[in-house]
Amino acid sequence: MEGTADLLEPGLHESSKPAFLSRLRSGDEAAHLITLIFAASILLIAAWLVFELFDSSVEARHKFGWAFFFTSKWNPVSGQFGALPFIYGTVVTSAVALLLSVPLGVGAAIFLSELAPPRISDALTFIIELLAAVPSVIYGVVAMFALVPLLRDPIQPFLNRTLGFLPIFQGPSYGVGFLAAGLILAIMVVPFIISISRESLLAVPNEQREGALAVGATRWESTWQVVVPYARLGIIGSIFLALARALGETMAVTMVIGNTPHILTSLFATGYTIPAVIANEFTEATEDIHLSALVELGLVLFLLTIVINGLARLMVLATTRRGTTQS
Amino acid sequence: MTKRNCLVTGVVLALSLVAYQWAPTSPTVVKAAGKILINGAGATFPYPIYSKWFDEYHKSHPDIEFNYQSIGSGGGIRQLLAGTVDFGASDGPMTDEQLAQSKVKVLHFPTVLGADVPAYNLPGVSQELKFTPEALAGIYLGTIKKWNDGQLAKANPGVKLPDSDIVVVHRSDGSGTTYVWTDYLSKISPEWKSQVGKAVSVSWPVGLGGKGNEGVAGLVQQTPYSIGYVELIYVIQNKMAYGLVKNSAGAFVKASVASVTAAAAGAAKSMPDDFRVSITNAPGKDAYPISSFTWLLIPSTISDSAKRTAITGVLKWMLTDGQKMTEALAYAPLPPAVVKKETQAIAQIH
Amino acid sequence: MTRHRWRNLVNEVMFGLTAACALAAVCLLFWILGFLLWNGGKSLNLAFFTHLPKPPGEIGGGMANAIVGSLQIVLIASLIGIPIGFLGGIYLAEFGSGPFPFFVRYTADLLNGVPSIVMGLFAYAIVVRPMHQFSALAGGVALSVILIPTTIRTTEQFLRAVPQTLREGALALGANKWKTIATVVVPAAVRGVATGMILGVARIAGESAPLLFTSFGNDYWSRSLNQPTSALPLMIYKYAISPYADWHRQAWAAGLVLLAVMLLLNISARLVLSPGAPRN
Repeated sequence: MEGTADLLEPGLHESSKPAFLSRLRSGDEAAHLITLIFAASILLIAAWLVFELFDSSVEARHKFGWAFFFTSKWNPVSGQFGALPFIYGTVVTSAVALLLSVPLGVGAAIFLSELAPPRISDALTFIIELLAAVPSVIYGVVAMFALVPLLRDPIQPFLNRTLGFLPIFQGPSYGVGFLAAGLILAIMVVPFIISISRESLLAVPNEQREGALAVGATRWESTWQVVVPYARLGIIGSIFLALARALGETMAVTMVIGNTPHILTSLFATGYTIPAVIANEFTEATEDIHLSALVELGLVLFLLTIVINGLARLMVLATTRRGTTQS
Repeated sequence: MTKRNCLVTGVVLALSLVAYQWAPTSPTVVKAAGKILINGAGATFPYPIYSKWFDEYHKSHPDIEFNYQSIGSGGGIRQLLAGTVDFGASDGPMTDEQLAQSKVKVLHFPTVLGADVPAYNLPGVSQELKFTPEALAGIYLGTIKKWNDGQLAKANPGVKLPDSDIVVVHRSDGSGTTYVWTDYLSKISPEWKSQVGKAVSVSWPVGLGGKGNEGVAGLVQQTPYSIGYVELIYVIQNKMAYGLVKNSAGAFVKASVASVTAAAAGAAKSMPDDFRVSITNAPGKDAYPISSFTWLLIPSTISDSAKRTAITGVLKWMLTDGQKMTEALAYAPLPPAVVKKETQAIAQIH
Repeated sequence: MTRHRWRNLVNEVMFGLTAACALAAVCLLFWILGFLLWNGGKSLNLAFFTHLPKPPGEIGGGMANAIVGSLQIVLIASLIGIPIGFLGGIYLAEFGSGPFPFFVRYTADLLNGVPSIVMGLFAYAIVVRPMHQFSALAGGVALSVILIPTTIRTTEQFLRAVPQTLREGALALGANKWKTIATVVVPAAVRGVATGMILGVARIAGESAPLLFTSFGNDYWSRSLNQPTSALPLMIYKYAISPYADWHRQAWAAGLVLLAVMLLLNISARLVLSPGAPRN
């Protein structure tokens, strides 16, 4: 046995330094070290990304300060840059997207988790999740050629005739605009809401449902008043994730929003979002201050999505502690 | 370890595919293969003719590839200054400040003449509309809001103009076409000059933004009751309606090779040495008032000799054989006096 | 109506509504697919796959260089991103307890949610600007930065799913840790890990925003890492916003090709490779 031990661990009886080397030779330390370095690359990337965003936007940050977020003038000629129209556009389109996709998404998720037989539920969910794989530019193409003409005539005029007393449905109808962008964003984020909400709902223990039914509730009442509240953190988490996704969408939005840095109340009006203006103006910002302002917008977007994603992950994490899904 | 072998084999195969595609990258192999790629970016205004030129030149010189991306004049200037492209293109000449930013002196070479036209989409109106300078300024300032506004009606007697809002379309990117349009509006409208000014990228009072000439034309094409300014070839290729504009002599002129050539006639005689000149609102009764030269922006020092030869070669070709192809795409050829001056200027590239 | 009947009615109606929601969501995919099939199917021909683009206004031409360009850029991104993601995932799954791994994990999740256009800005700053050149490399780097966080997390997820008993069995037989990982754990999880990688690659193959100012576009074949490169999503964008009818047709055809590839990759990865595996 002594001999074999020597063969296996030649450094076992020597000082600690060769012992480390022998561990290295045996591969474990090396494996640990190598994989650690690669895992740490994530931190390197994140740090470098933040650094580059801060560094390239320093000119704009010094020149405009906090007023950047409250100025609405975006004028490359005079060198005045204000982020407000883009923040407005980003917020409005995301709000429209959520308003439309949340009821649809949560409703579909309820159906898929509570009512549909498991095989059908799985099959339908599979198809819905494929929607998440569709590239943004394809959503843009479909929105441009199929959605925008529909909006221009008959949908927006119809909204104008029936609900035109609301300021959001007034004004000329171009087809492109906040509503078009919000609609296509809604379609893009709906699969996320459905997928994660469904898993949150499925994670609710059956005892909860049975308990409600036992006291005489209908299936719907059991679902709406017991199951959904139980899963609400996961559902809200999914909404936050959808929001983060909607905020950052570029291609589909820039193809249908009209690309005008204005703040108007009507949903029929055209606007601009942060990702869209970066995509349009980045390659051609001749003045350094212009480029710097665009990077600052990118920084704002980055921070916004980090915060929202961070909150979302915490919420979904909290549900998994209570439930049984992985996240 | 068959799985690992498979993985290794797969990776090696993939890498060799990649390497095969990218083999001719070492200098010796490049010279042997002979192909050089020259990257340029800029104006969408001349994109159809540049694209055609580079395509034709490639047919007669298969080893030389000019990759031109039409990202707008602002983009052309920016990327040239950043050094990420070998040449730029713009219909708004570089300003003195921009020229000062460049490490190497940048030379302007006019290539063709083109025109910004007011393209519109008016369902139910089949006649050609006439626009006065004041009308165009009013539309783009937002003071004229409806198609049947008095000013438009007065210039177009007998045309039934609809009582609809005008949907104004402009560029969302930095554009030489915008420069030409706003240069013209600044000349004929003091209000425009003080409120908006002229540049490749301005703060528009009203309207929707399209990306590139292509984007504006696309938006106008799809949006009823819209109007947008586009380079002539785009409206012709897409069979869109465009209006006549009243020139400084008081005549309503339609953009065409002849009327654009007439606009450049005066400039040909008094062309400055750096070729930066504006010919909007040119005198002459046949002149189309919103015409412009468009320029290639070439660095005066090109260290790579192969690229230098290629660029000077294509420039000479553009000024001779290339000029014969312009009319087919509705661009006007350069006046002979300008060509002569440019040919001499090519010697400045070293 | 009695209270009882009313509640039953609400039950029926609400579930009917939710079924309608689910149906609508499913129909969306078919709507997109149908639109592209109808409009793009007509324009798909051999020329599309073999020819280079033509000047605007001229009919014909194809997207051969865009297809190859996309492959080149995705290959670069995968060569950079997959090894890093894979090895990083191994770390998180096998060596990963404590504050440092938690921090890495959380950062990876946050990076996953960063908009792709910000990654494009990043790649512009670290590759294009120093090199003074738009390139396939820059495009690949931008996409790899999107791929790494995804791959790390999916690799970790599937490695964790391997039962602990397998590891213990290997250790009991005398294998040390890295041997256990290499010969037991990874092979056991390889299907899921491969699924995650394929899905990640599929995702970046469809990205267009980060390529706008990194790989930039090219009308010819791109012969080197250092040259601007065309890509299918870029061409779709360029052609779709133009006024040329022929370009529109090509955009739809390209969209159909791209979507078909996406769907094929997703369906095959998830149905064939790891049926029933936990999804992200």
